[in-house]
Amino acid sequence: MLGLDKKDMKFLLIVTFLTLATPILLQPFPEGSGLAQFNAGYPDLMQRFAIFGIFAIGFNILFGLTGYLSFGHAAFLGVGSYSAVWMFKLLSMNVLPGLVLAVIMSGLFALVIGYVSLRRSGIYFSILTLAFAQMSYNLAYSVLTPITNGETGLQVTLNDPRILGQQVSASGNVPGTHFFGIEMGAAQKIAIGSWEFTFSAGYYFCAIIAIIAFYLSLRIFRSPFGLMLRAIKSNQQRLNYTGLNARPYTLAAFVISGMYAGLAGGLLASMDPLAGAERMQWTASGEVVLMTILGGVGTMMGPVLGAGVIKYMENIFSKINDQVLHQWFGWLPDSLESIVIWAAEHFVGSGWHMTSGVLFMIVVIFLPGGLVEGGQRIKSYFKNRRGGDSDDPEHHPKQAPHVAE
Amino acid sequence: MGILEVKGVGKRFGGLQALGDVNLSVQENTVHAIIGPNGAGKSTLLNCFVGKLIPDTGSVMFDGQSLLGRTPYEITQMGVSRVFQTPEIFGDLNVMENMMIPCFAKRDGSFRMHAFESVAEETDLVEKAEQMLIDVNMIDKRHMHASSMSRGDKRRLEMAMCLVQDPKLLLLDEPTAGMARADTNNTIDLLKEIKEKRDITMAIIEHDMHVVFSLADRITVLAQGTPLVEDSPDKIKDHPKVREAYLGETQQ
Repeated sequence: MLGLDKKDMKFLLIVTFLTLATPILLQPFPEGSGLAQFNAGYPDLMQRFAIFGIFAIGFNILFGLTGYLSFGHAAFLGVGSYSAVWMFKLLSMNVLPGLVLAVIMSGLFALVIGYVSLRRSGIYFSILTLAFAQMSYNLAYSVLTPITNGETGLQVTLNDPRILGQQVSASGNVPGTHFFGIEMGAAQKIAIGSWEFTFSAGYYFCAIIAIIAFYLSLRIFRSPFGLMLRAIKSNQQRLNYTGLNARPYTLAAFVISGMYAGLAGGLLASMDPLAGAERMQWTASGEVVLMTILGGVGTMMGPVLGAGVIKYMENIFSKINDQVLHQWFGWLPDSLESIVIWAAEHFVGSGWHMTSGVLFMIVVIFLPGGLVEGGQRIKSYFKNRRGGDSDDPEHHPKQAPHVAE
Repeated sequence: MGILEVKGVGKRFGGLQALGDVNLSVQENTVHAIIGPNGAGKSTLLNCFVGKLIPDTGSVMFDGQSLLGRTPYEITQMGVSRVFQTPEIFGDLNVMENMMIPCFAKRDGSFRMHAFESVAEETDLVEKAEQMLIDVNMIDKRHMHASSMSRGDKRRLEMAMCLVQDPKLLLLDEPTAGMARADTNNTIDLLKEIKEKRDITMAIIEHDMHVVFSLADRITVLAQGTPLVEDSPDKIKDHPKVREAYLGETQQ
């Protein structure tokens, strides 16, 4: 079905279910309980999970399959955001034209940057992409101010033409983004017992696009094209002497992943119609590399998981402050309490980077295959304990790992 | 007129004249061996055939077309396949995936954007790849990770990947270098089998005399960048010039 075999179809259905049920799954603690601050089921954060999931899925098509490590993908994220906001200013607040332009513009950008950068491989390729992204970032601040509005960032205002849509909303404000009338900001709160779930139109819009993006990426992974990309990572020499030209394949992968990044940028702007140059900074490019490696390079689920973990830490750990720590460790003797809090506060609040850094190191050292490998190890541990497979492993040739897991 | 015609090829690296004036003609459906002591320019010559090096002088014609200035993938698409000294395979992929890539390259050319088709649904190519694996006795290893196989199996796989493209000319660069005796004999058997079953032309560079004399129809001896003699294996064996160049002495 849908061009997928049974196993992949099951996989896609599970992912779809998890994505659609996210507002419930990420809200495991009742309101008002001490753990409620660990709930992540609020629209803004869930949208970020979906959007950065898309970003990472696209990045993985390039990095995971071909092994070309781009350090400049945030440039495409920025281009996508600017394009979308311009559509909101000129055409209408409907997100569709914005997203279409975002994907087209970032694709064109990726074509140019990729064409030049892919003349080199390895570290030189990474440096070239980094240079291009930093150049875009600096241009956005300086020469391109008429397009990007410099430091202030590009915003929608009451004076924008919006020739196809409303210029000013009924209440006299800038109208909100919508998808054919469905307001992105609309949300429905449902309370069950002491639990409260928020179902937001914006999240579901992002989620459906993320599922489509995931599906397309799954098709690419299973296609002859995807096989060629993996071959590029494995042995370019052999690829050449098999009669294949690696350049157009890598360029196509680069453009596709650039378009994914542009889509993510467009979605960011659709959720909050504002675009700033900081979205293109090298730290943002680095973040998607971390997400992909943390989750598992070259796996289907890894980048999404990685994006989720990093965005969760960025939003949840950074909220934990001194007071919260005092509540947690109040039961300790005073002298001990102050030492523990002193140590702990470096890992929470603005120090959340420390936690993510430690987590990243642990994963890279002990689980080179990322969180996905961790999951697989746990799975096989339980399988072996149940003794389901008592055959001598020596007599089983090692099966090639399935790229979808 | 041979399928591969090499005329007056010379190549210089700085002060070193790696190839002097090489003339060579590989006839269709024969195994032509190029032998010579270390530094004789065998690998340089081979690299001139596949587009890795461009000779300073001379011409290399394959099937009536010049190979000079073409990239390795273009030359491969013309029907020249190459087996490397150390087997070059896609180590991260399994055996079947390794086989599918040359099948796609043969059918679709050097690039095609088939991003929304499924590899598993290409039944014709899957069948072709499987048949090839049966031919080289590797079908039971089809799901194995290519990098986890023995060197002999890797060589076998590499050979299969070349043969599945039905090349007009197969170039082998010291196919048994660094192999144990058993693996060497295996490779000889495999090559003999290929030679008998298929209409294929092979040019083989080799150190191991045992391999050369059990396979070759024609032998060119290269020394210091120029061909010394070209003849049938029987005559080469006893040729005094060859003994001198190769062994550095004349046996009494």
